[in-house]
Amino acid sequence: MKTNRRSFLGGVSTAAVLTASGSAFAQKKYDDGATDKEIKIGHTNPYSGPASSYGVIGKGLEGYWKMVNDRGGINGRKVDFITRDDAYSPPKTVEVVRQLVEQEKVLCLFNTLGTPTNTAIHKYMNQKKVPQLYVATGASKWGKPKEFPWTMGYQPDYHTEAVIYAKHILANVKDAKIGVLMQNDDYGKDYWGGFEEGLGKDIGKVVKRVTYETTDPTVDSQIIQLKDSGANVFFNIAIPKFAAQAIRKIADLGWKPMQYLNNVSSSVASTLRPAGIENSQGIITALYLMDPTDKQWNDNADMKTWSAWMDKYMPGANKNDGNYIFAYSVAFLMEQTLKKCGDNLTRANVMKQAANFQKQRVPLLLPGITVSTSPTDFYPIQSVQLASFKGETWNLFGDIQSAEGS
Amino acid sequence: MPAFPKKWLAVLLVLAVVIPLLQPVLPDIVSNYRLFLVSTMIIASIAVLGLNLLTGFNGQISLGHGAFYAVGAYTAAILMDRLNVPYWATLPAAAIVCFIVGYLFGLPALKLEGHYLALATFALALAVPQILKYKWLEDLTGGVQGIVLLKPEAPFGLPLSEDQWLYYFCLVVMVFLYWGAANMLNSRSGRAMMAIRDQPMAASTMGIDLALYKTVTFGISAAYTGIAGALSASAIAFVAPDSFTIFLSIKFLIGLVVGGVGSLAGSVVGGIFYVLVDNSAQALSQFVRNDLGVPFDLSAYTVFGVLLVALMYLMPMGIVGGVYLAVRRLRSQR
Repeated sequence: MKTNRRSFLGGVSTAAVLTASGSAFAQKKYDDGATDKEIKIGHTNPYSGPASSYGVIGKGLEGYWKMVNDRGGINGRKVDFITRDDAYSPPKTVEVVRQLVEQEKVLCLFNTLGTPTNTAIHKYMNQKKVPQLYVATGASKWGKPKEFPWTMGYQPDYHTEAVIYAKHILANVKDAKIGVLMQNDDYGKDYWGGFEEGLGKDIGKVVKRVTYETTDPTVDSQIIQLKDSGANVFFNIAIPKFAAQAIRKIADLGWKPMQYLNNVSSSVASTLRPAGIENSQGIITALYLMDPTDKQWNDNADMKTWSAWMDKYMPGANKNDGNYIFAYSVAFLMEQTLKKCGDNLTRANVMKQAANFQKQRVPLLLPGITVSTSPTDFYPIQSVQLASFKGETWNLFGDIQSAEGS
Repeated sequence: MPAFPKKWLAVLLVLAVVIPLLQPVLPDIVSNYRLFLVSTMIIASIAVLGLNLLTGFNGQISLGHGAFYAVGAYTAAILMDRLNVPYWATLPAAAIVCFIVGYLFGLPALKLEGHYLALATFALALAVPQILKYKWLEDLTGGVQGIVLLKPEAPFGLPLSEDQWLYYFCLVVMVFLYWGAANMLNSRSGRAMMAIRDQPMAASTMGIDLALYKTVTFGISAAYTGIAGALSASAIAFVAPDSFTIFLSIKFLIGLVVGGVGSLAGSVVGGIFYVLVDNSAQALSQFVRNDLGVPFDLSAYTVFGVLLVALMYLMPMGIVGGVYLAVRRLRSQR
């Protein structure tokens, strides 16, 4: 389409160009936020407040769109990426999202971060029929195309991941007595719900479950309770800071359970190094993204491209931070979605294309893991691979585990 | 602080009623989003008014009014979610619940003065989000997941958008509450409240029951802020513990100090200021970085902080106090 028009422009008179471009326009369809020149995408992220450590994701996304624009944009259109601070406060999210949708008139929202914050705008986005794509939260409620046809998640949901751990425990540990440490919020509960489901009738094998609050200084007393319960398996549902404390305390106590660590804290740099590499040997987790500090990916082509992008667009940023990997991969998927839309940049078509990926390869996902969606499947990534920690890296083992259809 | 001239008040009110009706004529200027923003300003100014009654007029410092705001919001949300109570009926309920909570909290707080009271209320603000997540309350509060609500729609088939209706609803509530506060402050009780602030010993010598006045003021102040919370639950249509962090309480205090302590008009200015600046601080920090070419990555809070320091330096009595002083100076020069 585009080249045709260009060649027209070269040869014919102005009048002819006008008519020609007029007919070309007829095939282009736009909603708010899309024109011949640009596509407006809205985003919210906590750059301030208690969850501001996630702010790097927003910075990473900005860097990605800068790269896209430097190489000519998407189908000739520049991406205008508007990111706003919501301080992880739901009322603030409502305010800035309304601003993005009603004042800035963005085509869609992309990768808005946080479970409570996305919940606050969930209904609004679906009433307004504006896509809320690839939200940055692992809660399992984002994939409900029937009730919420304008909202879609991205990462494997916590629920599915926990089911996989539960099955692995049942298959591999004899006489399992399980102790669970869990953050007392929606994220912790989502994992716990999956774990319960995975254990099924063996739920009695959980001998002790303790919780912590993000405001707690340490989880030492919780770990002592778990050890005293006589557990021989430990399931660590904690964010990096507390997961590391738990692993260290377990080593200090001389307790030697089989350890399962949630993917949220799988970063070598932010969890396992602070916990002590020697204390982390043998821990099992489930992965879907490559870890930037894991040496086995040093020669990987995706990783090299990513590293070059980091050097060019994110100078000075911490290359050990897995959030940049996440940002790069999810932005790539968004770029593909918009590319597939072609010149039909309506909100309906954006959703249609987002729900139409068949085994799409996304850089930095583990080899073998792909993105598949359909009008009834709004969970883009549903596969993980188990890995155990050996030496200084994660050693992937077993098959890619999928929960398609769950 | 001077009374606001009645003439101007009437003009402002007429404007406040008429402007939203211009939406069909000026859809870009009077957009739904802007009306929503003004509604949040109104809600904030009611909350700041509640704090002002306590701190500005009665001299008790509170760093924990976010807690009463949360209690009001949750009272409204639970009533709407569980008992299908209409949104307008939740306001008196929230007021009563918050009055009781505020009154009860005021009892032990009587023994605390100044900074100690500030610390006790600070603790309250820190505790409330945790309490909302507590497992015994979880069935009611929805725990961390919060409660999703429906937005109020215009009744009687009025041809108003949700946001227009919400705006008018908030406006009526605000006018009513301000009228009530102004009357109370002009009465014997109001003078007693201020006497306690200025000279507690003299006040008690004159026969004012300090304990009673202080606790009741605490209750009324909490009720006002609770009504604001209930309104916000309807406006946002979602409540969650993350909405009521300690920052909320601090923002109310900022609104109070910036608007003008001990001034009714100051509460309105304070509410507007805190929504507006909170809103534009990020835009401003981007402007400083991109357009002025300052090579620092200023966070929105840095800009907010610098603005606050500048404002406090230039107008130590708040915006209303500053404007009043400026007007008086101009007049005396003539």
